[in-house]
Amino acid sequence: MLIPHPLLGLRDAQEFTYLGDASLIHRPDGMAENAAETFFDYVYLRDNPAGVHRELWFHEQGDRSWLVVTRDTTTHEILGAELARDVALAAKGGAQ
Amino acid sequence: MRFSGFRVIKEALTGYKGWGPLWRNPEPQPSYDYIIVGGGGHGLATAYHLAKVFGGKRIAVLERGWLGQGNIGRNTTIIRSNYLLPGNEPFYEFSMKLWENMEQEFNFNAMVSQRGILNLIHTDGQRDAYRRRGNAMRFAGADSELLDHEQVRAMYPWLNFENARFPIKGGLMQRRAGTARHDGVAWGYARGADLLGVDLIQNCEVTGFRIENGKVLGVETSRGYIGAGKVGVAVAGMSGKVMAKAGMRLPIETHVLQAFVSEGLKPFIDGVITFGAGHFYVSQSDKGGLVFGGDIDGYNSYAQRGNLPVIEDVAEGGMALMPAIGRARLLRAWGGIMDMSMDGSPIIDRTPIEGLYLNAGWCYGGFKATPASGYAFAHLLATDRPHETARFMRLDRFERGYVIDEKGVGAQPNLH
Repeated sequence: MLIPHPLLGLRDAQEFTYLGDASLIHRPDGMAENAAETFFDYVYLRDNPAGVHRELWFHEQGDRSWLVVTRDTTTHEILGAELARDVALAAKGGAQ
Repeated sequence: MRFSGFRVIKEALTGYKGWGPLWRNPEPQPSYDYIIVGGGGHGLATAYHLAKVFGGKRIAVLERGWLGQGNIGRNTTIIRSNYLLPGNEPFYEFSMKLWENMEQEFNFNAMVSQRGILNLIHTDGQRDAYRRRGNAMRFAGADSELLDHEQVRAMYPWLNFENARFPIKGGLMQRRAGTARHDGVAWGYARGADLLGVDLIQNCEVTGFRIENGKVLGVETSRGYIGAGKVGVAVAGMSGKVMAKAGMRLPIETHVLQAFVSEGLKPFIDGVITFGAGHFYVSQSDKGGLVFGGDIDGYNSYAQRGNLPVIEDVAEGGMALMPAIGRARLLRAWGGIMDMSMDGSPIIDRTPIEGLYLNAGWCYGGFKATPASGYAFAHLLATDRPHETARFMRLDRFERGYVIDEKGVGAQPNLH
């Protein structure tokens, strides 16, 4: 598999380590009233889709950036990649 | 039809005219007392034990393709009970005991061969860990034996003992472990269940669950609606996809694991050997092929095939351990999809939906568990209480903090 790194171009997936579902970017508030339930959901439960999956890859043997890669789990086709930082900031409403 | 040595000779002399199909091919009834979703090893074993041990009434197994098309026919055929934790080891030892009597019980040759498994030791720390594991196994009634360097050398003189980085210092041996003919296990359970009146319905995909007021009433299938008193789901890598139809999210990621067979070689590996410094396990089939595997690819996948880097990694592990296989050619490589759970241990439990039960999370260790998984799931379905050996394998253990994490790596499925 080749991952289209937004800064470095096509890179071999072997340079990366895999973390899991991209929803892990959105860590819940540990101080909230219902933190125990939301953290159970965050840590353990997964959508685990057969098809398009957004997931976190870490460019460990490269520039050590985190990417959100969009990939089809039924074919291993990689549909796109973006910097996880951009995804996280966009979710917070833009760069700060 | 009963199989026996006498019968085999008789058929050989009369042109094999007496052999028939091993099971019926029935049409689905409008409803059943128990529906098992998934006609793989675990589903078939569940139906068999439900009918035989628990006097289950009307039982059907629904399979979307053909019986045994999934991981029961795609694994490296190793059976063993060399786990560490109290939540696991008694269960796998129960499974080992079922393996030892299974063929007599269901009258089918599953080629169970107790040829022993040897986990190699390469460091002093690893010896301490295996000594602890061996003792834990004995607490649960399993057999274990710690071998030193010379004992291992006497068994397998051609291993790479003097590897500069990973010298072989000894091994943990379980002599009752071994291999079994994987398809034979599925066929044996299927035939056994069919003889006990279970309807094995193939080409029947479950497309949804009919749930009212928090209770399951039946399943929607590609062959129409089928009502059910209780529904048990045992679909391995497809668990997430199937349970999503009941509105559930699981502590499971689906990953691909590859396995390999070499060309046929003269017999030289008597038992099962695992490399303790990398991830490589190997045995030799009765046809002479080396059957081996290693790590999962490490990313979510439903593709039933992996990528080349892991093949290279497994081959490197094999070469580090046994350079003698370097000139053997690879005959086949394939992948199966694994329901990797968040602690590396399985789930046999009720769900929040009344009448819906789940058997999942076997990671890449489901084959050895087939008989006990079927027995324990049948026990749960019939009595609504967990089997004694499976009582820790709860679905809510993650929420309660009672994970069964053999490796201690946390909620990271690709590390288990």
